[in-house]
Amino acid sequence: MYFYDEPIPGAPLPILPGHVSNGRFERVLRAGKFAVTTELAPPDSVDRNEVYRRARVFDGYVDAINVTDGSGANCHMSSLAVSALLTRVGYSPILQVSCRDRNRIAIQGDLLGGATLGVSNVLCLTGDGVDAGDHPEAKPVFDLDSVSLLGTVKIMRERSSFLSGRQLDSAPRFFIGASANPFVPPYDYRPLRLKKKIDAGAEFIQSQYCFDIDRLVTYMNQVRDLGLDKRCFILVGVGPLASARSAGWIRDHVPGVVIPDAIVSRLLSAKDQRREGIKICVEMIQQIREIEGVAGVHVMAYRQEESVAEIIKTSGVLEDRVPWHPQCDQLAAGPWLAEEENECN
Amino acid sequence: MRFRLKTWSVSHARLMRRFYILFEQLLFSLFPLWRLIGFKRIGPLITSVEKNIKKFLFDCQMCGHCVLDKTGMSCPMNCPKQLQNGPCGGVRIDSMCEVDGSMRCVWVEAWRGLSLLGTTADPDHINPPVDHLLQGRSSWLSIAFHQNPPRPQK
Repeated sequence: MYFYDEPIPGAPLPILPGHVSNGRFERVLRAGKFAVTTELAPPDSVDRNEVYRRARVFDGYVDAINVTDGSGANCHMSSLAVSALLTRVGYSPILQVSCRDRNRIAIQGDLLGGATLGVSNVLCLTGDGVDAGDHPEAKPVFDLDSVSLLGTVKIMRERSSFLSGRQLDSAPRFFIGASANPFVPPYDYRPLRLKKKIDAGAEFIQSQYCFDIDRLVTYMNQVRDLGLDKRCFILVGVGPLASARSAGWIRDHVPGVVIPDAIVSRLLSAKDQRREGIKICVEMIQQIREIEGVAGVHVMAYRQEESVAEIIKTSGVLEDRVPWHPQCDQLAAGPWLAEEENECN
Repeated sequence: MRFRLKTWSVSHARLMRRFYILFEQLLFSLFPLWRLIGFKRIGPLITSVEKNIKKFLFDCQMCGHCVLDKTGMSCPMNCPKQLQNGPCGGVRIDSMCEVDGSMRCVWVEAWRGLSLLGTTADPDHINPPVDHLLQGRSSWLSIAFHQNPPRPQK
């Protein structure tokens, strides 16, 4: 799918009134569609074809692709480089920026660079501690925190200046995102923390993996009471668990992921654990969709990326919508073709 | 063991805040005296008193921009990520720190302290990024001055 006012398929879109970025991800959300995002793990190589191979499995199923920034404090190709490569074929990357590895000077430089290379979305994260990753001896930076990073991006966009006040010649037009984790203590603080992030500049939210729907419902009730669902787009994180063993590993090694025992025992008792994991994920998406105030899902399927398309298809959340599909959209007869005439629809 | 006193200070957040504010007011009311003695002479003394008292009670890191009264008397500079605006998403299910599993999350503690103070609306306050130029300087003096202490000369 491409938009009626898209100059060239995949090129930056005109900024509509009330919008902040040139990206298609913001368009989808502001149009009130149930959005789907996913996550791409940058490779440990210098092979750009590998980047495109990893992105291609999502074609036609996701509205935006998060590019992780040294996820779990492990070293990989930079989020900025991968995001820039993705924009070249019209994907909507979400540049993940973590505060762990860079100070405010480096981060602001990368933000300008990212916007110049066509990146329209940024996700502001604190980042896992260095102890979690493959270089535990590294110096943790954490010069900014996620909230002040959000504020920084907003200052750059709205005031067209650096954090120092020094003026920019042109401002980066980012759609600003933040993360949220409703599943860990202090539970009552979590909605207020979300409010803080929105106050600081967050326009969309992507949550940590949800395996506990009751907890999410409680959280969303609090969020709605504060009126926060009207002030931002909330995408809830989900993902397939490959097996009970991998669930156990995630529990022990990935900070902030809470997997209830009920899920693990359901996996254990299944004949085909991988299929059961996918089934659980689909059910989770369908339940999440019914919660008022949820604007979409963020499917994280590390090392199971090829199952994302199936999960989204089975869940039915896209209805008749076909998100960006470079093969179909770029080969379509002309940029001004109406949506219904597009052969991919 | 290591964190017992710090935890005690949060548990007695009300008392600690009263003590803290009293100390600030005392410093402020003695302003004319400091002027008489000269800030250059008295500055290091006050800084050292502040450092020792706050180190003892709150495990103070002398960041120079104290926000204890806004964080339930739990010092956010003790967070391994030095988060100024609430807990990260890595807090363990038993409320322990993601990085140092032997320590309770300082923001879980802050939430507890704020609840004791009855000011849980305070998390609304957004703290700016840490100004590293203030490291090692006295927050009390800077509050007494009602402005930041002068930055070091180049």
